[in-house]
Amino acid sequence: MATVSFKDVTKLYPGASKPTVDKLNLEIGDGEFMVLVGPSGCGKSTSLRMLAGLEDVQGGRISIGDKDVTDLPPKDRDIAMVFQNYALYPHMTVADNMGFALKMANVPKADRDKRVMEAAKLLGLEPFLDRKPKALSGGQRQRVAMGRAIVRSPQVFLMDEPLSNLDAKLRVSTRTQIAALQQRLGVTTVYVTHDQIEAMTMGDRVAVMSEGYLMQVDSPLRLYDKPQNLFVAGFIGSPAMNLLKGTRNADGVNVGGYTIPVPRDVLAKTADTEITVGVRPESLKIADSGIPVEISVVEDLGADAYLYGIPAGLPDDQKLIAAQIVARVASHQVPGKGKTIKVVPDPEKLHVFSTSNGDRLN
Amino acid sequence: MPRFLSAQPSTRLIPLPWNVPLAEWPVEYLVALPRGISRHVVRFIRVGEDVYAAKEVIETAALHEYRMLQDLHRDDTPAVEPLAVVTGRRDLEGDPLDPVLLTRHLSYSLPYRSLFNSGVRPDTVGRLLDALVVLLVRLHLIGFLWLDVSLSNVLFRRDAGEFAAYLVDAETGEMHDHLTDGQRAHDLQIATTNLFGEFCDLEAGRMLDASLSPEWLVESILARYHALWDELTGVEEYAGDELFRIEGRVRRLNALGFDVAELEVDTAADGSTLRIQPKVVDAGHHSRRLLRLTGLDTEENQARRLLNDLDTWRYRNTLQGTDEGIAAHRWLTEAFHPVIAAVPNDLAGKRDDAQLYHELLDYRWYESERQGREVPLTEAVHGYVRDVLSGLPDEVVSSDAMATVEGGRTLANPYDPSQGFEDDEGPMPVDPWETGEEVVANPYLDISSFKKSKD
Ligand SMILES: Nc1ncnc2c1ncn2[C@@H]1O[C@H](COP(=O)(O)OP(=O)(O)OP(=O)(O)O)[C@@H](O)[C@H]1O
Ligand SMILES: Nc1ncnc2c1ncn2[C@@H]1O[C@H](COP(=O)(O)OP(=O)(O)OP(=O)(O)O)[C@@H](O)[C@H]1O
Ligand SMILES: [Mg+2]
Ligand SMILES: [Mg+2]
Repeated sequence: MATVSFKDVTKLYPGASKPTVDKLNLEIGDGEFMVLVGPSGCGKSTSLRMLAGLEDVQGGRISIGDKDVTDLPPKDRDIAMVFQNYALYPHMTVADNMGFALKMANVPKADRDKRVMEAAKLLGLEPFLDRKPKALSGGQRQRVAMGRAIVRSPQVFLMDEPLSNLDAKLRVSTRTQIAALQQRLGVTTVYVTHDQIEAMTMGDRVAVMSEGYLMQVDSPLRLYDKPQNLFVAGFIGSPAMNLLKGTRNADGVNVGGYTIPVPRDVLAKTADTEITVGVRPESLKIADSGIPVEISVVEDLGADAYLYGIPAGLPDDQKLIAAQIVARVASHQVPGKGKTIKVVPDPEKLHVFSTSNGDRLN
Repeated sequence: MPRFLSAQPSTRLIPLPWNVPLAEWPVEYLVALPRGISRHVVRFIRVGEDVYAAKEVIETAALHEYRMLQDLHRDDTPAVEPLAVVTGRRDLEGDPLDPVLLTRHLSYSLPYRSLFNSGVRPDTVGRLLDALVVLLVRLHLIGFLWLDVSLSNVLFRRDAGEFAAYLVDAETGEMHDHLTDGQRAHDLQIATTNLFGEFCDLEAGRMLDASLSPEWLVESILARYHALWDELTGVEEYAGDELFRIEGRVRRLNALGFDVAELEVDTAADGSTLRIQPKVVDAGHHSRRLLRLTGLDTEENQARRLLNDLDTWRYRNTLQGTDEGIAAHRWLTEAFHPVIAAVPNDLAGKRDDAQLYHELLDYRWYESERQGREVPLTEAVHGYVRDVLSGLPDEVVSSDAMATVEGGRTLANPYDPSQGFEDDEGPMPVDPWETGEEVVANPYLDISSFKKSKD
């Protein structure tokens, strides 16, 4: 087991005008489950591939444990890329399907059997070891595939969107299983996904990337509760955080004619007049006075509902381009579609950002 | 109503039962042909006179693979031909079904599961491995990172005395300008694991000749890969007065079937040494030449054989002075076409035209040796049809080729070898992890229950 460290790691593809990954600094703890997340093209796969040794780096160093691996070929890095191949071989038993790569690596039979048995125990696959894989369910096949990686007992697991080809249900159950397994095994894991829900539910910590830069690395709850910049605020959370643009005044920030109270010391951190206030959908409450919102869609979730709307009173030509506002309210409070309501944010749960550079102010 | 994404849309696709999951298509649409194992549901389907391969796969993967195969096709890389992606499918209840990727069934193709069977000659094995290696090297040269090199993802076709390998599955593939050594090493690592697993599987199913071991086969593939890669891209140093050796290098590459587009030659300041490195190499030297001369589209070694025959024929008919293109046209109408036309229709499905012509030339050579006289072409055709062709199994698509048996055992599903065999193993044990509880795929992050779980 080992730590992983990126120090000022930079990737510049030939012919590209700017680096795809720019001075990445990231320390991953021993046994930690680190998720790299960000929109398509942000450089997360490239970062993982540099760690795997598939891409050479143009600057900086990468280490695994105390070994500098920057210039080592992939096979000497003691890593396992999980799930590239989970074809199951029909003539071989489940045990052989899990252990055949060890045979190739000349691991003695007794040791092989022991490792396969341990992995099978972890995965609840013991009763299946002597069977052929033909009758296995999709989930069981996934577990055999995980077993294949586990028996190799590498220092680090690397996974790049391993669930992307699964259907929605299998994706949910498999992600839970991977996270639980990783916790029991305690093997350092780096996991790439574009799906923030996957990132939040699986990672011990999550590194959010955008356009080659690391925007924030933190525990999922910290990312949710204290996003450090507008990018993370908008990216993490589903439905996304409401980012309300306004102008400052003596008491706070004026949004659509309503002043959201913001403490003076927070406002004092910037000289800008344009300020963005972020409010999570569940931190908006219906009130008698507040920001007027015209409801366009109501989505019922059972006990709660999401209200989607736009600021009320806008001229028609601005309605289409107006930023949407989302509130989560109790179902019994739901007003009809087309109605206008007023919402106020919970003052304890405000996220205040500089509109010009995106930095968090509170 | 399903949507059809295709470069050559065909109305014949419309009446197919798109609202039925592929695994449940009625057998009247299906063709049972030998094939490799797969994770997805894959079926061969009959569409008019043609046979297509249909693969049910999620939308992003289907579109990605369609584009990858198109790119490979445009580059003339041996790969199956993409025809269409069918999206927007719904079942009878209106629930969405995954899209289907359609490719043209590669005719005369031989999937690996039947090729390494007992009794296979050692040199045939060597040729199969070489074909696989040539394909992999070609893909790497054009910057294609496969990420799922495996025997199941390759089809073999006869190519004169050799084999030609085709890529079938580009789902994980990526096209780069240029592959780094790390990327190639990674691809080879995946290849090693997959190939080893597949050979072990054949061994476990008693479908691998006893003289072959998975270890040896995989090592041999790696060694052949490195040798070919070095020959094609390696830097060589010569003494400054050995210019002729440059030509030697180019010839060696041509003999391997590769064209040299550019040769980088560095001369040391004092002119004492030369470093040469072929820059861009392109495969299919002979097949392109034959195509240009005759319009025949063949595999590389078939082309080499046919070009040799063309040369000999020109010489015999004292046409050396004639324009090459005109001589080729006469060869086509006076030698090649009459031979093909002489084969009875019911035997035509056993070999493709170029392969048949190649085998006929072999036959004629042996017969001439045996009889101590030059056997004329027309006589040789009849002998070949009688002695050889009529006894061969059919290799084009046909129901004779029904693939219901593998290694002497009956497949559980004749349309899909991945599902194993009939032999019953008794009821499934209880799985502690599958309690039957339904998981819900919630599109939202349920933050309150999430926070609770983290406490
Ligand atoms: N071999 C390459 N040559 C040039 N540019 C590349 C290469 N590979 C990736 N890129 C570019 O680098 C950027 C980052 O790619 P990367 O695959 O790391 O992103 P990603 O965040 O993983 O996105 P995705 O989720 O789409 O895979 C993209 O703009 C991509 O086009
Ligand atoms: N166009 C084709 N012509 C001939 N055979 C084909 C064709 N397409 C697919 N096959 C056969 O079907 C098999 C499965 O197809 P394919 O490899 O595309 O499926 P897959 O589910 O993506 O496989 P994998 O498990 O490797 O990802 C192949 O091994 C091959 O034998
Ligand atoms: Mg990626
Ligand atoms: Mg495949």
